[in-house]
Amino acid sequence: MIQEKVAQKAASGEAPMLLSLRNVGKVFSNGVTALSKVDLAIREGDFLSLLGPSGCGKSTALRLIAGLSTPTSGQLDWRGPVDRSNIGFVFQEPTLLPWASVFDNVWLPLRLKGVSRTKAEPAVMEMLSRVHLTGFENAVPRELSGGMKMRVSIARAMVTKPRILLMDEPFAALDEITRFKLNNDLLELWQDERFTVVFVTHSVFESVFLSSRVVVMAARPGRVFGELPVDAPYPRDEAFRTSPDYAALCRQASDVLVNAINSTAGPHHDGH
Amino acid sequence: MTAIEDTALRLDPEEARRARQERLERIGKWVLPLAIMVLAIVLWDRICAWNEIPQYILPRPGVVLQTLHSDAGLLFSSLLVTLRITFLSLLLAVIGGVGLAVLFAQSKWVEMSFFPFAIVLQVTPIVAIFPLINIYVNNQTVKLLLCAWIVAFFPILSNTTLGLNSVDRNLRDLFKLNGATRWQQLRYLRLPAAMPYFLGGLKIAGGLSLIGAVVAEFVAGAQGQSSGLASRIIEAGYRLNAPRLFAALILISLTGILIFLVLSLVSHLILRRWHESALKQER
Repeated sequence: MIQEKVAQKAASGEAPMLLSLRNVGKVFSNGVTALSKVDLAIREGDFLSLLGPSGCGKSTALRLIAGLSTPTSGQLDWRGPVDRSNIGFVFQEPTLLPWASVFDNVWLPLRLKGVSRTKAEPAVMEMLSRVHLTGFENAVPRELSGGMKMRVSIARAMVTKPRILLMDEPFAALDEITRFKLNNDLLELWQDERFTVVFVTHSVFESVFLSSRVVVMAARPGRVFGELPVDAPYPRDEAFRTSPDYAALCRQASDVLVNAINSTAGPHHDGH
Repeated sequence: MTAIEDTALRLDPEEARRARQERLERIGKWVLPLAIMVLAIVLWDRICAWNEIPQYILPRPGVVLQTLHSDAGLLFSSLLVTLRITFLSLLLAVIGGVGLAVLFAQSKWVEMSFFPFAIVLQVTPIVAIFPLINIYVNNQTVKLLLCAWIVAFFPILSNTTLGLNSVDRNLRDLFKLNGATRWQQLRYLRLPAAMPYFLGGLKIAGGLSLIGAVVAEFVAGAQGQSSGLASRIIEAGYRLNAPRLFAALILISLTGILIFLVLSLVSHLILRRWHESALKQER
Protein backbone atom coordinates (compact mmCIF):
# COMPACT_ATOMS: atom_id res chain seq x y z
CA MET A 1 0.00 0.00 0.00
CA ILE A 2 2.76 2.40 0.95
CA GLN A 3 4.57 1.68 -2.26
CA GLU A 4 1.41 2.25 -4.16
CA LYS A 5 1.13 5.69 -2.62
CA VAL A 6 4.72 6.53 -3.36
CA ALA A 7 4.23 5.53 -6.93
CA GLN A 8 1.08 7.56 -7.21
CA LYS A 9 2.70 10.50 -5.55
CA ALA A 10 5.54 10.26 -8.00
CA ALA A 11 3.07 10.18 -10.83
CA SER A 12 1.17 13.17 -9.53
CA GLY A 13 4.35 15.14 -9.12
CA GLU A 14 4.47 15.45 -5.35
CA ALA A 15 7.66 13.47 -4.73
CA PRO A 16 10.84 15.54 -4.41
CA MET A 17 12.77 16.25 -7.56
CA LEU A 18 15.81 14.03 -8.11
CA LEU A 19 17.13 15.35 -11.39
CA SER A 20 16.11 17.90 -13.92
CA LEU A 21 17.46 18.31 -17.40
CA ARG A 22 17.18 21.89 -18.56
CA ASN A 23 17.45 22.86 -22.16
CA VAL A 24 19.90 20.03 -22.72
CA GLY A 25 21.42 19.61 -26.17
CA LYS A 26 24.05 17.30 -27.54
CA VAL A 27 25.83 17.74 -30.85
CA PHE A 28 28.31 15.06 -31.90
CA SER A 29 31.63 15.96 -33.47
CA ASN A 30 30.34 14.70 -36.84
CA GLY A 31 27.69 17.44 -36.77
CA VAL A 32 24.70 15.26 -35.87
CA THR A 33 22.35 16.87 -33.38
CA ALA A 34 21.46 13.97 -31.11
CA LEU A 35 19.43 16.01 -28.62
CA SER A 36 17.96 19.45 -28.81
CA LYS A 37 16.45 21.55 -26.01
CA VAL A 38 15.42 18.66 -23.80
CA ASP A 39 13.60 19.52 -20.59
CA LEU A 40 12.92 16.62 -18.32
CA ALA A 41 12.05 16.40 -14.64
CA ILE A 42 12.74 13.15 -12.87
CA ARG A 43 11.26 12.75 -9.41
CA GLU A 44 12.33 10.52 -6.58
CA GLY A 45 10.67 7.11 -7.07
CA ASP A 46 9.62 7.71 -10.66
CA PHE A 47 9.48 4.86 -13.11
CA LEU A 48 10.01 6.92 -16.20
CA SER A 49 10.12 5.47 -19.70
CA LEU A 50 11.72 7.22 -22.63
CA LEU A 51 9.76 5.96 -25.63
CA GLY A 52 10.64 6.78 -29.21
CA PRO A 53 11.83 5.64 -32.61
CA SER A 54 15.48 4.86 -33.36
CA GLY A 55 17.62 7.94 -33.57
CA CYS A 56 15.51 10.05 -31.21
CA GLY A 57 18.37 10.35 -28.73
CA LYS A 58 16.92 8.17 -25.95
CA SER A 59 20.20 6.39 -25.40
CA THR A 60 22.14 9.63 -25.64
CA ALA A 61 19.92 11.12 -22.94
CA LEU A 62 20.61 8.10 -20.76
CA ARG A 63 24.36 8.39 -21.26
CA LEU A 64 24.21 12.07 -20.34
CA ILE A 65 22.37 11.24 -17.12
CA ALA A 66 24.92 8.52 -16.36
CA GLY A 67 27.77 10.98 -16.83
CA LEU A 68 29.24 8.86 -19.62
CA SER A 69 28.88 11.86 -21.89
CA THR A 70 28.63 15.61 -21.34
CA PRO A 71 25.93 17.88 -22.78
CA THR A 72 26.87 20.42 -25.43
CA SER A 73 24.39 22.92 -24.02
CA GLY A 74 22.02 23.17 -21.07
CA GLN A 75 22.49 21.51 -17.73
CA LEU A 76 21.64 18.61 -15.49
CA ASP A 77 20.65 19.53 -11.94
CA TRP A 78 20.81 16.80 -9.34
CA ARG A 79 19.16 17.25 -5.99
CA GLY A 80 21.82 16.64 -3.40
CA PRO A 81 25.31 15.34 -4.04
CA VAL A 82 25.45 12.62 -6.64
CA ASP A 83 28.45 10.55 -7.54
CA ARG A 84 28.54 7.68 -9.92
CA SER A 85 27.95 5.08 -7.22
CA ASN A 86 24.42 6.46 -6.99
CA ILE A 87 23.79 5.37 -10.56
CA GLY A 88 23.10 1.86 -11.78
CA PHE A 89 23.25 1.15 -15.49
CA VAL A 90 21.82 -1.79 -17.43
CA PHE A 91 22.89 -2.04 -21.05
CA GLN A 92 20.98 -3.45 -23.98
CA GLU A 93 23.25 -6.47 -23.92
CA PRO A 94 23.89 -8.20 -20.58
CA THR A 95 27.52 -6.99 -20.86
CA LEU A 96 28.94 -9.48 -18.37
CA LEU A 97 32.56 -10.49 -17.88
CA PRO A 98 32.52 -13.84 -19.75
CA TRP A 99 35.42 -15.27 -17.74
CA ALA A 100 33.94 -14.46 -14.34
CA SER A 101 31.34 -16.39 -12.37
CA VAL A 102 27.89 -14.94 -11.72
CA PHE A 103 29.01 -14.08 -8.20
CA ASP A 104 32.12 -12.27 -9.41
CA ASN A 105 30.10 -10.36 -12.00
CA VAL A 106 27.67 -9.07 -9.38
CA TRP A 107 30.52 -8.40 -6.96
CA LEU A 108 32.35 -6.28 -9.55
CA PRO A 109 30.96 -2.79 -8.70
CA LEU A 110 31.68 -3.39 -5.01
CA ARG A 111 35.08 -4.87 -5.80
CA LEU A 112 35.99 -1.75 -7.75
CA LYS A 113 35.19 0.22 -4.62
CA GLY A 114 37.52 -1.94 -2.60
CA VAL A 115 34.98 -4.19 -0.90
CA SER A 116 36.44 -7.65 -0.26
CA ARG A 117 34.73 -10.85 -1.38
CA THR A 118 33.78 -11.80 2.18
CA LYS A 119 32.42 -8.35 2.97
CA ALA A 120 30.51 -8.22 -0.30
CA GLU A 121 29.06 -11.69 -0.01
CA PRO A 122 25.85 -10.89 1.92
CA ALA A 123 24.92 -8.07 -0.48
CA VAL A 124 25.76 -10.12 -3.56
CA MET A 125 23.84 -13.18 -2.35
CA GLU A 126 20.86 -11.05 -1.43
CA MET A 127 20.80 -9.41 -4.85
CA LEU A 128 21.08 -12.81 -6.53
CA SER A 129 18.11 -14.08 -4.57
CA ARG A 130 16.16 -10.92 -5.47
CA VAL A 131 16.62 -11.69 -9.17
CA HIS A 132 15.86 -15.40 -8.58
CA LEU A 133 19.35 -16.66 -9.34
CA THR A 134 20.19 -18.32 -6.04
CA GLY A 135 22.24 -21.43 -6.74
CA PHE A 136 23.78 -20.05 -9.91
CA GLU A 137 26.54 -18.02 -8.27
CA ASN A 138 29.29 -20.29 -9.59
CA ALA A 139 28.00 -20.53 -13.15
CA VAL A 140 29.74 -18.56 -15.90
CA PRO A 141 27.65 -16.41 -18.26
CA ARG A 142 27.75 -18.78 -21.24
CA GLU A 143 26.05 -21.42 -19.13
CA LEU A 144 23.03 -19.13 -18.65
CA SER A 145 20.07 -18.31 -20.88
CA GLY A 146 19.57 -14.81 -22.25
CA GLY A 147 17.02 -13.95 -19.58
CA MET A 148 19.26 -15.18 -16.78
CA LYS A 149 22.18 -13.15 -18.10
CA MET A 150 19.99 -10.07 -18.02
CA ARG A 151 19.04 -10.87 -14.41
CA VAL A 152 22.74 -10.98 -13.52
CA SER A 153 23.14 -7.63 -15.23
CA ILE A 154 20.29 -6.15 -13.17
CA ALA A 155 21.67 -7.64 -9.97
CA ARG A 156 25.05 -6.09 -10.74
CA ALA A 157 23.49 -2.68 -11.35
CA MET A 158 21.49 -2.89 -8.10
CA VAL A 159 24.13 -4.32 -5.78
CA THR A 160 25.41 -0.87 -4.85
CA LYS A 161 21.85 0.25 -3.98
CA PRO A 162 21.86 3.13 -6.46
CA ARG A 163 19.39 6.00 -6.20
CA ILE A 164 18.67 5.83 -9.88
CA LEU A 165 18.68 2.88 -12.25
CA LEU A 166 19.21 3.63 -15.93
CA MET A 167 18.13 0.93 -18.36
CA ASP A 168 18.91 1.09 -22.08
CA GLU A 169 16.42 -1.18 -23.88
CA PRO A 170 17.44 -4.00 -21.56
CA PHE A 171 14.87 -6.56 -22.70
CA ALA A 172 14.77 -5.77 -26.42
CA ALA A 173 16.72 -8.86 -27.41
CA LEU A 174 14.68 -11.31 -25.31
CA ASP A 175 11.73 -13.44 -26.37
CA GLU A 176 8.30 -12.25 -25.28
CA ILE A 177 7.71 -14.81 -22.54
CA THR A 178 11.06 -14.04 -20.91
CA ARG A 179 10.47 -10.32 -21.35
CA PHE A 180 7.10 -10.44 -19.55
CA LYS A 181 8.66 -12.39 -16.71
CA LEU A 182 11.50 -9.91 -16.36
CA ASN A 183 9.04 -6.99 -16.55
CA ASN A 184 7.13 -8.44 -13.60
CA ASP A 185 10.27 -9.14 -11.59
CA LEU A 186 11.67 -5.68 -12.26
CA LEU A 187 8.45 -4.06 -11.05
CA GLU A 188 8.51 -6.20 -7.92
CA LEU A 189 12.08 -5.12 -7.21
CA TRP A 190 11.22 -1.48 -7.86
CA GLN A 191 8.24 -1.56 -5.51
CA ASP A 192 10.31 -3.09 -2.73
CA GLU A 193 13.30 -0.79 -3.03
CA ARG A 194 11.69 2.39 -4.31
CA PHE A 195 14.59 3.55 -6.41
CA THR A 196 14.11 5.77 -9.44
CA VAL A 197 14.14 4.21 -12.90
CA VAL A 198 14.73 5.73 -16.30
CA PHE A 199 13.85 3.06 -18.83
CA VAL A 200 14.61 3.47 -22.52
CA THR A 201 12.45 1.40 -24.86
CA HIS A 202 10.84 1.46 -28.27
CA SER A 203 7.99 -0.77 -27.14
CA VAL A 204 4.71 1.02 -26.37
CA PHE A 205 3.41 -1.99 -24.46
CA GLU A 206 6.46 -2.36 -22.31
CA SER A 207 6.64 1.32 -21.44
CA VAL A 208 2.96 1.49 -20.43
CA PHE A 209 3.11 -1.70 -18.42
CA LEU A 210 6.11 -0.61 -16.38
CA SER A 211 6.05 3.12 -16.04
CA SER A 212 4.46 5.75 -13.91
CA ARG A 213 5.26 8.22 -16.69
CA VAL A 214 5.98 7.75 -20.36
CA VAL A 215 7.98 10.45 -22.10
CA VAL A 216 7.68 10.22 -25.87
CA MET A 217 10.61 11.45 -27.92
CA ALA A 218 10.89 12.37 -31.59
CA ALA A 219 13.88 12.19 -33.92
CA ARG A 220 15.88 14.59 -36.08
CA PRO A 221 16.70 16.36 -33.91
CA GLY A 222 16.15 14.20 -30.82
CA ARG A 223 13.68 15.98 -28.57
CA VAL A 224 10.90 15.47 -26.05
CA PHE A 225 7.63 15.30 -27.97
CA GLY A 226 5.06 14.62 -25.31
CA GLU A 227 4.37 13.05 -21.96
CA LEU A 228 1.79 10.59 -20.76
CA PRO A 229 1.15 9.84 -17.10
CA VAL A 230 0.22 6.23 -16.51
CA ASP A 231 -2.21 6.40 -13.60
CA ALA A 232 -2.87 2.70 -13.21
CA PRO A 233 -2.05 1.55 -9.68
CA TYR A 234 0.79 -0.74 -8.71
CA PRO A 235 1.31 -3.65 -8.22
CA ARG A 236 0.65 -4.43 -11.84
CA ASP A 237 0.45 -8.07 -12.79
CA GLU A 238 -0.73 -10.32 -15.56
CA ALA A 239 -4.30 -9.21 -14.92
CA PHE A 240 -3.30 -5.63 -15.71
CA ARG A 241 -1.67 -6.78 -18.93
CA THR A 242 -5.01 -8.00 -20.24
CA SER A 243 -7.19 -5.24 -18.77
CA PRO A 244 -9.12 -2.70 -20.88
CA ASP A 245 -7.37 0.10 -18.94
CA TYR A 246 -4.02 -1.15 -20.16
CA ALA A 247 -5.26 -1.39 -23.73
CA ALA A 248 -6.61 2.16 -23.59
CA LEU A 249 -3.35 3.51 -22.17
CA CYS A 250 -1.40 1.69 -24.85
CA ARG A 251 -3.59 3.24 -27.52
CA GLN A 252 -2.98 6.69 -26.08
CA ALA A 253 0.77 6.17 -25.93
CA SER A 254 0.74 4.72 -29.40
CA ASP A 255 -1.10 7.78 -30.75
CA VAL A 256 1.47 10.11 -29.24
CA LEU A 257 4.28 7.98 -30.65
CA VAL A 258 2.73 7.99 -34.15
CA ASN A 259 2.45 11.77 -33.99
CA ALA A 260 6.06 11.97 -32.85
CA ILE A 261 7.20 9.83 -35.77
CA ASN A 262 5.11 11.85 -38.25
CA SER A 263 6.46 15.10 -36.83
CA THR A 264 9.91 14.18 -38.05
CA ALA A 265 10.58 16.24 -41.12
CA GLY A 266 11.23 14.61 -44.47
CA PRO A 267 10.49 11.18 -45.87
CA HIS A 268 13.33 9.54 -43.91
CA HIS A 269 11.40 7.77 -41.24
CA ASP A 270 11.24 4.08 -41.86
CA GLY A 271 10.15 3.08 -38.39
CA HIS A 272 12.71 0.60 -37.33
CA MET B 1 4.61 -43.92 -27.70
CA THR B 2 5.94 -46.60 -30.00
CA ALA B 3 6.35 -44.02 -32.72
CA ILE B 4 8.64 -41.95 -30.53
CA GLU B 5 10.69 -45.01 -29.54
CA ASP B 6 10.96 -45.96 -33.16
CA THR B 7 12.42 -42.63 -34.18
CA ALA B 8 14.85 -42.82 -31.28
CA LEU B 9 16.01 -46.26 -32.37
CA ARG B 10 15.93 -46.00 -36.11
CA LEU B 11 17.57 -42.95 -37.65
CA ASP B 12 16.49 -41.76 -41.03
CA PRO B 13 19.04 -42.34 -43.80
CA GLU B 14 20.38 -38.77 -43.66
CA GLU B 15 21.00 -38.83 -39.91
CA ALA B 16 22.44 -42.35 -40.10
CA ARG B 17 24.85 -41.21 -42.76
CA ARG B 18 25.84 -38.22 -40.65
CA ALA B 19 26.41 -40.40 -37.57
CA ARG B 20 28.53 -42.81 -39.61
CA GLN B 21 30.52 -39.90 -41.01
CA GLU B 22 31.18 -38.52 -37.53
CA ARG B 23 32.34 -41.90 -36.25
CA LEU B 24 34.68 -42.29 -39.20
CA GLU B 25 36.10 -38.81 -38.73
CA ARG B 26 36.74 -39.43 -35.05
CA ILE B 27 38.80 -42.53 -35.80
CA GLY B 28 40.36 -41.21 -39.00
CA LYS B 29 41.63 -38.09 -37.26
CA TRP B 30 44.17 -40.26 -35.43
CA VAL B 31 44.60 -43.30 -37.60
CA LEU B 32 45.15 -41.56 -40.91
CA PRO B 33 48.16 -39.35 -40.05
CA LEU B 34 49.74 -42.24 -38.12
CA ALA B 35 49.27 -44.61 -41.03
CA ILE B 36 50.77 -42.12 -43.49
CA MET B 37 53.71 -41.57 -41.13
CA VAL B 38 54.38 -45.30 -40.83
CA LEU B 39 54.02 -45.69 -44.59
CA ALA B 40 56.53 -42.88 -45.20
CA ILE B 41 59.06 -44.45 -42.83
CA VAL B 42 58.66 -47.87 -44.46
CA LEU B 43 59.09 -46.25 -47.88
CA TRP B 44 62.21 -44.43 -46.65
CA ASP B 45 63.63 -47.71 -45.42
CA ARG B 46 62.80 -49.53 -48.67
CA ILE B 47 64.31 -46.80 -50.86
CA CYS B 48 67.56 -47.01 -48.90
CA ALA B 49 67.61 -50.80 -49.14
CA TRP B 50 66.63 -51.11 -52.80
CA ASN B 51 69.05 -48.47 -54.05
CA GLU B 52 71.79 -49.48 -51.63
CA ILE B 53 72.20 -45.86 -50.58
CA PRO B 54 75.25 -45.50 -48.32
CA GLN B 55 74.62 -44.64 -44.68
CA TYR B 56 76.52 -41.33 -44.84
CA ILE B 57 74.10 -40.05 -47.46
CA LEU B 58 70.77 -41.36 -46.25
CA PRO B 59 70.74 -43.65 -43.21
CA ARG B 60 67.91 -46.15 -42.80
CA PRO B 61 65.35 -45.32 -40.11
CA GLY B 62 66.51 -48.23 -37.98
CA VAL B 63 70.05 -46.86 -37.95
CA VAL B 64 68.80 -43.41 -36.96
CA LEU B 65 66.88 -44.99 -34.08
CA GLN B 66 69.98 -46.91 -33.04
CA THR B 67 72.05 -43.71 -33.12
CA LEU B 68 69.41 -41.93 -31.08
CA HIS B 69 69.94 -44.66 -28.48
CA SER B 70 73.74 -45.02 -28.67
CA ASP B 71 74.41 -41.24 -28.79
CA ALA B 72 71.70 -40.49 -26.25
CA GLY B 73 74.09 -39.00 -23.69
CA LEU B 74 75.61 -36.53 -26.12
CA LEU B 75 72.36 -35.65 -27.89
CA PHE B 76 70.25 -35.15 -24.78
CA SER B 77 72.83 -33.03 -23.01
CA SER B 78 72.87 -30.84 -26.14
CA LEU B 79 69.09 -30.85 -26.19
CA LEU B 80 69.11 -29.58 -22.61
CA VAL B 81 71.34 -26.67 -23.63
CA THR B 82 68.98 -25.78 -26.47
CA LEU B 83 65.91 -26.19 -24.26
CA ARG B 84 67.39 -23.88 -21.67
CA ILE B 85 67.78 -21.13 -24.26
CA THR B 86 64.34 -21.88 -25.69
CA PHE B 87 62.47 -21.61 -22.41
CA LEU B 88 64.43 -18.66 -21.09
CA SER B 89 63.82 -16.76 -24.30
CA LEU B 90 60.14 -17.73 -24.26
CA LEU B 91 59.89 -16.46 -20.69
CA LEU B 92 61.58 -13.22 -21.66
CA ALA B 93 59.34 -12.97 -24.73
CA VAL B 94 56.27 -13.28 -22.49
CA ILE B 95 57.56 -10.66 -20.07
CA GLY B 96 58.73 -8.33 -22.82
CA GLY B 97 55.76 -8.88 -25.11
CA VAL B 98 53.10 -8.47 -22.43
CA GLY B 99 54.99 -5.62 -20.79
CA LEU B 100 55.26 -3.67 -24.03
CA ALA B 101 51.64 -4.47 -24.92
CA VAL B 102 50.46 -3.10 -21.57
CA LEU B 103 52.57 0.00 -22.16
CA PHE B 104 51.09 0.39 -25.63
CA ALA B 105 47.60 -0.05 -24.24
CA GLN B 106 48.07 2.94 -21.95
CA SER B 107 47.95 5.33 -24.84
CA LYS B 108 47.27 5.21 -28.55
CA TRP B 109 50.15 7.66 -29.02
CA VAL B 110 52.69 5.37 -27.39
CA GLU B 111 51.49 2.50 -29.54
CA MET B 112 51.61 4.54 -32.75
CA SER B 113 55.08 5.81 -31.92
CA PHE B 114 56.76 2.55 -30.94
CA PHE B 115 54.97 -0.22 -32.80
CA PRO B 116 56.99 0.38 -36.01
CA PHE B 117 60.18 -0.42 -34.08
CA ALA B 118 58.76 -3.78 -33.08
CA ILE B 119 57.90 -4.47 -36.71
CA VAL B 120 61.40 -3.53 -37.89
CA LEU B 121 62.83 -5.91 -35.32
CA GLN B 122 60.46 -8.63 -36.49
CA VAL B 123 61.00 -8.41 -40.23
CA THR B 124 64.80 -8.17 -40.19
CA PRO B 125 66.19 -11.73 -40.52
CA ILE B 126 67.87 -12.76 -37.28
CA VAL B 127 70.79 -14.30 -39.19
CA ALA B 128 71.54 -10.84 -40.55
CA ILE B 129 71.39 -9.21 -37.11
CA PHE B 130 73.56 -11.79 -35.39
CA PRO B 131 76.98 -10.49 -36.48
CA LEU B 132 76.06 -7.18 -34.86
CA ILE B 133 74.98 -8.88 -31.65
CA ASN B 134 78.19 -10.83 -31.78
CA ILE B 135 80.15 -7.57 -31.76
CA TYR B 136 78.16 -5.88 -29.02
CA VAL B 137 77.52 -8.77 -26.63
CA ASN B 138 80.21 -10.84 -24.99
CA ASN B 139 78.33 -13.39 -22.97
CA GLN B 140 77.46 -16.48 -25.04
CA THR B 141 74.14 -17.21 -23.32
CA VAL B 142 73.02 -13.60 -23.55
CA LYS B 143 73.81 -13.61 -27.27
CA LEU B 144 71.67 -16.65 -27.91
CA LEU B 145 68.89 -15.42 -25.66
CA LEU B 146 68.75 -12.09 -27.40
CA CYS B 147 68.46 -13.78 -30.79
CA ALA B 148 65.74 -16.17 -29.72
CA TRP B 149 63.91 -13.36 -27.94
CA ILE B 150 63.85 -11.13 -31.00
CA VAL B 151 62.27 -13.96 -32.98
CA ALA B 152 59.74 -14.96 -30.32
CA PHE B 153 58.45 -11.77 -28.73
CA PHE B 154 56.61 -10.24 -31.66
CA PRO B 155 53.59 -12.60 -31.86
CA ILE B 156 53.04 -12.11 -28.12
CA LEU B 157 53.32 -8.34 -28.37
CA SER B 158 51.11 -8.05 -31.41
CA ASN B 159 48.42 -10.46 -30.16
CA THR B 160 48.32 -9.08 -26.64
CA THR B 161 48.08 -5.52 -27.94
CA LEU B 162 45.15 -6.55 -30.11
CA GLY B 163 43.52 -8.28 -27.14
CA LEU B 164 43.96 -5.34 -24.77
CA ASN B 165 42.30 -3.09 -27.37
CA SER B 166 39.42 -5.46 -28.10
CA VAL B 167 37.45 -4.87 -24.92
CA ASP B 168 33.68 -4.53 -25.27
CA ARG B 169 32.75 -0.84 -25.34
CA ASN B 170 29.92 -1.26 -22.86
CA LEU B 171 32.15 -3.07 -20.40
CA ARG B 172 34.55 -0.16 -20.61
CA ASP B 173 31.65 2.21 -19.85
CA LEU B 174 30.61 0.01 -16.96
CA PHE B 175 34.07 0.28 -15.42
CA LYS B 176 34.10 4.02 -15.99
CA LEU B 177 30.67 4.30 -14.40
CA ASN B 178 31.90 2.49 -11.32
CA GLY B 179 34.89 4.77 -10.99
CA ALA B 180 37.47 2.10 -11.81
CA THR B 181 41.09 3.22 -11.76
CA ARG B 182 43.41 2.59 -14.71
CA TRP B 183 44.99 -0.27 -12.79
CA GLN B 184 41.62 -1.84 -11.94
CA GLN B 185 40.55 -1.58 -15.55
CA LEU B 186 43.74 -3.35 -16.61
CA ARG B 187 43.60 -5.98 -13.89
CA TYR B 188 39.93 -6.90 -13.98
CA LEU B 189 38.95 -6.11 -17.56
CA ARG B 190 41.65 -5.69 -20.16
CA LEU B 191 44.11 -8.40 -19.13
CA PRO B 192 41.46 -11.13 -18.81
CA ALA B 193 39.88 -10.01 -22.09
CA ALA B 194 43.28 -10.22 -23.79
CA MET B 195 43.96 -13.71 -22.43
CA PRO B 196 42.72 -15.69 -25.48
CA TYR B 197 44.74 -13.44 -27.79
CA PHE B 198 47.84 -13.73 -25.61
CA LEU B 199 47.56 -17.52 -25.51
CA GLY B 200 47.27 -17.61 -29.30
CA GLY B 201 50.47 -15.57 -29.51
CA LEU B 202 52.14 -17.81 -26.93
CA LYS B 203 51.49 -20.90 -29.05
CA ILE B 204 53.24 -19.26 -32.00
CA ALA B 205 56.03 -17.88 -29.83
CA GLY B 206 56.71 -21.31 -28.29
CA GLY B 207 57.64 -22.75 -31.68
CA LEU B 208 59.47 -19.59 -32.69
CA SER B 209 61.63 -19.51 -29.59
CA LEU B 210 62.83 -23.03 -30.39
CA ILE B 211 63.53 -21.99 -33.97
CA GLY B 212 65.21 -18.82 -32.70
CA ALA B 213 67.36 -20.79 -30.27
CA VAL B 214 68.45 -23.30 -32.94
CA VAL B 215 69.13 -20.60 -35.54
CA ALA B 216 71.13 -18.58 -33.03
CA GLU B 217 73.13 -21.67 -32.12
CA PHE B 218 73.73 -22.33 -35.79
CA VAL B 219 75.18 -18.90 -36.37
CA ALA B 220 77.14 -19.00 -33.12
CA GLY B 221 78.01 -22.67 -33.63
CA ALA B 222 79.60 -21.92 -36.98
CA GLN B 223 82.13 -20.02 -34.92
CA GLY B 224 82.53 -22.93 -32.53
CA GLN B 225 80.87 -21.18 -29.62
CA SER B 226 77.88 -23.33 -28.82
CA SER B 227 77.12 -26.75 -27.42
CA GLY B 228 73.43 -27.00 -28.30
CA LEU B 229 71.73 -29.35 -30.72
CA ALA B 230 72.51 -27.11 -33.67
CA SER B 231 76.25 -27.47 -33.10
CA ARG B 232 75.78 -31.25 -32.97
CA ILE B 233 74.13 -31.02 -36.38
CA ILE B 234 76.94 -28.88 -37.82
CA GLU B 235 79.53 -31.23 -36.35
CA ALA B 236 77.79 -34.29 -37.72
CA GLY B 237 77.56 -32.57 -41.11
CA TYR B 238 81.31 -31.97 -41.20
CA ARG B 239 81.98 -35.60 -40.30
CA LEU B 240 79.40 -36.98 -42.71
CA ASN B 241 77.73 -38.58 -39.70
CA ALA B 242 74.27 -38.60 -41.26
CA PRO B 243 72.65 -40.90 -38.67
CA ARG B 244 73.47 -38.49 -35.86
CA LEU B 245 72.38 -35.56 -37.98
CA PHE B 246 69.00 -37.20 -38.53
CA ALA B 247 68.73 -38.15 -34.86
CA ALA B 248 69.35 -34.54 -33.81
CA LEU B 249 66.85 -33.30 -36.37
CA ILE B 250 64.19 -35.68 -35.09
CA LEU B 251 64.85 -34.56 -31.52
CA ILE B 252 64.33 -30.91 -32.51
CA SER B 253 61.08 -31.70 -34.33
CA LEU B 254 59.75 -33.76 -31.45
CA THR B 255 60.64 -30.98 -29.01
CA GLY B 256 58.77 -28.45 -31.16
CA ILE B 257 55.70 -30.67 -31.30
CA LEU B 258 55.85 -31.22 -27.55
CA ILE B 259 56.11 -27.48 -26.86
CA PHE B 260 53.10 -26.84 -29.10
CA LEU B 261 51.05 -29.57 -27.44
CA VAL B 262 51.88 -28.38 -23.93
CA LEU B 263 51.02 -24.76 -24.76
CA SER B 264 47.78 -25.88 -26.45
CA LEU B 265 46.87 -27.79 -23.31
CA VAL B 266 47.65 -24.79 -21.10
CA SER B 267 45.55 -22.59 -23.34
CA HIS B 268 42.67 -25.06 -23.27
CA LEU B 269 42.78 -25.37 -19.49
CA ILE B 270 42.68 -21.61 -19.00
CA LEU B 271 39.92 -20.90 -21.53
CA ARG B 272 37.78 -24.00 -21.30
CA ARG B 273 35.08 -22.51 -19.12
CA TRP B 274 34.35 -19.39 -21.08
CA HIS B 275 35.99 -18.86 -24.43
CA GLU B 276 34.40 -19.95 -27.71
CA SER B 277 37.63 -21.45 -28.99
CA ALA B 278 37.81 -23.97 -26.15
CA LEU B 279 34.16 -24.98 -26.07
CA LYS B 280 32.91 -28.27 -27.37
CA GLN B 281 30.43 -27.93 -30.13
CA GLU B 282 27.08 -28.86 -28.70
CA ARG B 283 25.02 -29.00 -31.85
